[in-house]
Amino acid sequence: MKIVLEKLTKTFPGRGRKARNDVTAVDNFSCEIPDGELIALLGPSGCGKSTTLNLLCGLEQPTSGKIFFGDEDITDLPPELRGVGMVFQNYALYPHLTVKQNILFPLENLKRKDRPSREEMMKRAMETARLVQIEELMERKPRELSGGQQQRVAIARALVKMPRVLLLDEPLSNLDARLRLQTREEIRKIQKETGITTVFVTHDQDEAMSISDRIAVMRSGVLMQMGKPQEVYDNPSNLFVAKFLGTPPINVFEGRVREGLLYIGEEAVLSVAGTTDQDVWVGIRPEGFILKEDGPMTCELKRVEVMGRDISIISANKACTGQTLRSIIDAEMKVDTSSSQVHFALKPGKVFLFHRETEERISF
Amino acid sequence: MVSQAEYKKTEKAAARRNKVCRILTYAGLAIWAVIVLFPFYWMLLTSVKSYGAYNAEHIPAFFTMAPTLQNYTDAFTQVPLVDYLLNTLIFSVITTVLMVAVSVLAAYAFARLEFRGKNLVFTLFLSMMMIPSELVVITNFVTVTNLDLRNTFTGLVLPSVTSVFYIYLLKENFEQVPDELYRAAKVDGTSDLKYLWKVMVPICRPTIITVTILKIIECWNSYVWPRLVTDDPAYYLVSNGIQEIRENGFGRENVPAMMAAVVVISVPLIILFLVFRRKIMEGVSRGGMKG
Amino acid sequence: MNMNKKKAWIYLLPAVLFLALFLVYPLIDVFVYSVEEGYNFASQTYFGTGLYNFSYVLHDPFFLQAVKNTFILVIITVPLSTGLALLISAGLSSVRPLRDLFQTVYFLPYVTNTLAVGLVFMILFQKTEYTDGLVNLMLSWFGAGPVDFIDGPYWAKMFVLCFYTIWIVMPFKILVLTSALASVNQDYYRAARVDGTPRFRVFTKITLPMISPMIFYLVITGFIGAFKAYSDAVALFGTDLNAAGMNTIVGYVYDMLYGDSGGYPSYASAAAVILFAIVLTITCINLLVSRKKIEY
Repeated sequence: MKIVLEKLTKTFPGRGRKARNDVTAVDNFSCEIPDGELIALLGPSGCGKSTTLNLLCGLEQPTSGKIFFGDEDITDLPPELRGVGMVFQNYALYPHLTVKQNILFPLENLKRKDRPSREEMMKRAMETARLVQIEELMERKPRELSGGQQQRVAIARALVKMPRVLLLDEPLSNLDARLRLQTREEIRKIQKETGITTVFVTHDQDEAMSISDRIAVMRSGVLMQMGKPQEVYDNPSNLFVAKFLGTPPINVFEGRVREGLLYIGEEAVLSVAGTTDQDVWVGIRPEGFILKEDGPMTCELKRVEVMGRDISIISANKACTGQTLRSIIDAEMKVDTSSSQVHFALKPGKVFLFHRETEERISF
Repeated sequence: MVSQAEYKKTEKAAARRNKVCRILTYAGLAIWAVIVLFPFYWMLLTSVKSYGAYNAEHIPAFFTMAPTLQNYTDAFTQVPLVDYLLNTLIFSVITTVLMVAVSVLAAYAFARLEFRGKNLVFTLFLSMMMIPSELVVITNFVTVTNLDLRNTFTGLVLPSVTSVFYIYLLKENFEQVPDELYRAAKVDGTSDLKYLWKVMVPICRPTIITVTILKIIECWNSYVWPRLVTDDPAYYLVSNGIQEIRENGFGRENVPAMMAAVVVISVPLIILFLVFRRKIMEGVSRGGMKG
Repeated sequence: MNMNKKKAWIYLLPAVLFLALFLVYPLIDVFVYSVEEGYNFASQTYFGTGLYNFSYVLHDPFFLQAVKNTFILVIITVPLSTGLALLISAGLSSVRPLRDLFQTVYFLPYVTNTLAVGLVFMILFQKTEYTDGLVNLMLSWFGAGPVDFIDGPYWAKMFVLCFYTIWIVMPFKILVLTSALASVNQDYYRAARVDGTPRFRVFTKITLPMISPMIFYLVITGFIGAFKAYSDAVALFGTDLNAAGMNTIVGYVYDMLYGDSGGYPSYASAAAVILFAIVLTITCINLLVSRKKIEY
């Protein structure tokens, strides 16, 4: 099921009666989610991604804008008529019901005329349980299950209604690191098997990058960029997206363009022919540095961290917005640790220029 | 899925049902509020009706055009209402102060000091919460009688001091004060008693205040024990006083004056409640029980 | 260390003294009293030990009447007040405006003097030569005849007693249930909404099971409290409850101890022990049932 959001806006009344205290959680959000894809809504906490999810499932009504599932306008439909399945951050499994009763719960809610027969309901519950591999846990209570198992039950409960859209709110944040890796593969697999269009919210970029078909990066209610993970990483459309994606994070410098050359500090580091003269922010990915004796960029060497496959060079540069900058280079390269300086050349594809005021990307 | 038009219809019906539901809820809540408030209204109303007017009403009137304060004068002059109030005040203050002092000390011992068998003793303390007061009142009555303490404040106060529940409540609160404070105080050479008085008590003041208020309410309303150990009206508390007034105070039929007395003894607690509303409700919901 | 240990006991001493003297010793003593036959208060002597006190109490018509009254009171007021409190708390937590006001009003009976307000209830329900009283006035609007609720037929008196008891115990129950309802995680309700769960089903399938521990707590404390009913009865019917036929078990204990029957601590003790046994049994049954019902 294709999902289309059209100029979606949600404002919450703030303290007091004055309109200027209102909080805009989602601001003019438009996007199109193709059928059968897994989309990650990514952003720091408080950026409006959970509100967007609530708007999708109908727990919140948008202040303005429209939501379409396929061609159907579902903006005014209540949650139960939208055909959405939702998995909550803490799973919201009913503690007094067994796993089976929990999974059956949404089916039993259906109006008599829509409700399948008892056998049919059992059959569907068992099928769903098999899909998420919890068939042998059906008679247990939620508190007797591990976090990962509870997670699967929650997914099964969301899927048993055969929803058109599956929504997951921070599905992995309550799991420990090892389980998180395993479960995200699991979610990916289930999504591929069922082919249900899935939206999930996360603040963890690794999670988003690794399993989703597309990511949508949000900041204070505004959609910053949406696209395939690698595209977004390689082509951030603004400074925020560039900074938010990537571990270790991108290094940001104050720079300026003069006569087709990019200057960081006093050094001309890269040729950017065709770009008008202006002050810019320069973002350089850690892997964008090449260690080179006669490289144009000079930094003060701080220390070297050996990480096996590659090494990190921590150095300082006056123009850098952070205290230090980090570059990752091949472990084959030799670093002269006795020297107080280190010289770099830059890979053009890993260097991004952003407008000083608007922070929008300047292509070169 | 459901068509838009069909949905619009169901939505309208749902909205109407919601509204009806809301109105019914408020109506129900209002009815109970009236049931709760009505006796208070009636006692206020009756207390300002004049004796003659009240007795002339064959059909009770819901308001009065000629309010009078005569009944309050009667209540204060014809029966020893002031004495009852004073007795209750003295009884409540002494009992509460003693109870808080004893409980704070015991709670401190359980929360902060180390001694062998602490857990065992604490479990024993907790199990005493289960002992029904009706069971121990008999012996206490005999004890107090034998000690010749009937019709004295000592006899009234002593058995009312113990409160395992409040010790428990204070202990829980004391334990939340971080250990570091205690160690720091010890390093500075502060004695335990000084630490308790200068650090623990100020930090835990909200709970101590809650406990104090709850105990005052309990004292103000206590009836059974005072009734057993006092038969001299000079030592009556308000509960016994009201019973005395009812049985041979103004002559049985002076209902307005009785109501005036009831108002007088109800008002202090209601004021206390309105001032400390949050504290009282929070304290009670944490497990306080009436009686 | 040794010094410290002693200090701890000094801090505990006052509490231990009070508890030992007025709680532990009397507890043991009451059982002793209850088997001492023919204990004489004045000379503090007794004939022998045995179960005669129990047999006397169990054959005393006043005691049997008190037991009957107490049981009726318990059976009527505990389920009614708990159900009503549940209804009111559910209503209270479903509305926003005025909630604080309602909560404050509902709590008022808790802070009032049982005896004093009981007097008001008596005035409201009483029928005298002068007036039929307010409640009878209301009854007459519906065409029902005047009933004397205070000195009249047994069931009328029982009705007033139950009504007043419920009025008194409601604040505590409403308070406990509203805070229980408020502590249910909102995500359960959101999950239920996504699944389109009907309102009634949300209440029976989610809300009720979630707050069931608190409901059982209220039922247990409600039983214990109602079995100990006494001052509400005194407030309505005066101190001579036996004459009014409205005595309760606790009332019987006190009457035996002191009052019109004169001092019989042995009989009082026996009655108190019987009451204790009843309450203990009921509480145990309650706990057993609740352990079966509350499954999480």
